[in-house]
Amino acid sequence: MQQHIGRVVVNSEIAPGYSLVTVHLPVVAAAARPGQFVHVKAGGGYYPLLRRPISIHRVDREQGLVYLLVEVRGPGTSWLAFQGGGTPLDIIGPLGTGFPRPSTERAVMVGGGVGMAPLVFLAEEMVHYGIEVDFLLGARSELQLLQREFLTGIGAAVQVATDDGSCGHHGRVTDLLPPMLAKGKEVTVYACGPRPMLKTVAELAAGVGVPCWLSLEEFMACGVGACRGCVTATRGNDEQVTYKDVCTDGPVFAAGEVVFFNGA
Amino acid sequence: MEPDLTVQLGPLRLTNPVMPASGTFGFGLEYASLVDLRQLGALVVKSVTLHPTRGNPPPRLCETPAGILNAIGLMNPGVEVFIRDKMPLLEPLGVPIIVNIAGRAQAEYAELAARLDGVPGVSALEVNISCPNVKEGGMAFGADPQTAALVTRSVRQATRLPIIVKLSPNVTDISVIARAVEAEGADALSLINTLTGLVIDVEKRRPVLGNTTGGLAGPAIRPVAVHLVWRVARAVRLPIIGMGGITSASDALQFILAGASAVAVGTQNFVQPKAMLEVLEGIKEYMIRHGVARVQDIVGQLQV
Repeated sequence: MQQHIGRVVVNSEIAPGYSLVTVHLPVVAAAARPGQFVHVKAGGGYYPLLRRPISIHRVDREQGLVYLLVEVRGPGTSWLAFQGGGTPLDIIGPLGTGFPRPSTERAVMVGGGVGMAPLVFLAEEMVHYGIEVDFLLGARSELQLLQREFLTGIGAAVQVATDDGSCGHHGRVTDLLPPMLAKGKEVTVYACGPRPMLKTVAELAAGVGVPCWLSLEEFMACGVGACRGCVTATRGNDEQVTYKDVCTDGPVFAAGEVVFFNGA
Repeated sequence: MEPDLTVQLGPLRLTNPVMPASGTFGFGLEYASLVDLRQLGALVVKSVTLHPTRGNPPPRLCETPAGILNAIGLMNPGVEVFIRDKMPLLEPLGVPIIVNIAGRAQAEYAELAARLDGVPGVSALEVNISCPNVKEGGMAFGADPQTAALVTRSVRQATRLPIIVKLSPNVTDISVIARAVEAEGADALSLINTLTGLVIDVEKRRPVLGNTTGGLAGPAIRPVAVHLVWRVARAVRLPIIGMGGITSASDALQFILAGASAVAVGTQNFVQPKAMLEVLEGIKEYMIRHGVARVQDIVGQLQV
């Protein structure tokens, strides 16, 4: 983990409210593992103040590029979404514990909204290692379906669900998961998205005894395990609830370890 | 000539006046690959408690205009694990290690102080009587001059280490507390801890933080902190470590001119891990530019 200045190479709005920011950051591109993130300073002033944790969407190791897929949500992401080519970005990374390498022949990925971003890096790596990838992609509507063609292009079998039914399954992306789990071959599930979605994925995977990994999101300050601000409730073998740091213990956790509450 | 940056905090001598504010820099080790820890005037670690402390339910922090509201709840592995696992890594740095201690009861402060006395590498204790985010102890001790005095006295009796008492701004008159603590043998004061605050999610009609309220930190509180340092500096003879929203040397110099002998950087460590080293360089540059030979010569030199 180091601090870097990386220049934006190109920044393009790939869907309404979503920007794909390409940053020249060779050290991070070389070192990053799927599921890790970078901590980016958005703007030079006091608001937004804190860095923003952005998952690594893809890397291009040959060209030294890191791709960040950003959903405009607040002042930090909106600053980041509008930085053009040449802008220097102050970045710490790569940070966090990413996805473990799978031990199964198949992988199912469930990506809800911008949560699909880190799963693309993972999918690319798995396809490279000859693992079959089913990618379940959820969004509010067809316009917000992210990187569908790209995923198909790398050889993932993509299925789509939209909240409004404008494309693919009309309903939740998790509705697509049970048939994928019933296919027979040993499978590992990977998911990233809103917490209620992750809760459903965790329950479905646990129901059939399939290994499942979730990438979580939390408000974050330091990003390096110092402030203890970004914790999530977890349960170990002793059934005791403890808080773990999303920034260093995660963002990826075994699904069985994460404690979900009523509101997820 | 190289400016003299040495600082005397009671019996504790520092090579320079810049350190992290407790809780914003973990145990320092988390930042070892980003910051040269040996350049710090001191390393103030996150609060340790007698027993492992789980902390508050999430969310534990949110961003506010020019600040953050946090309610971590003193999450830490407890003093025994701290001594066993962290101190052996901190001691070789050769930097004074200031251990922040927090108790749920007066006796726990004394027990912590006694336990840390004589641990190799521990240079001083910072007594946290000002955490706004725990139900027992914390700010409850620091909000009242009598309990603040009692805690200080029991820590004083339990250790030969220099004692720095960290004060809360959430009181009617901070100088009354400062004088009470001074009378019981504190060697220095640090201020301010965070200001109690509340942020509401209007859609859910719920507090954003899991603990409901939190402590406000960051540049937003800086003028409040500078003012309180100025007040306390005129009320007591103890040296002061000033903190609250420092992001630059210019911010730090405000505290020094207001009466702080040393300064601590807090929230800005999250934003810019090298901030403390930049503050230190900036103070040097200011001293050269203003012909100041010793940083101690400008402490409290505010002209009004």
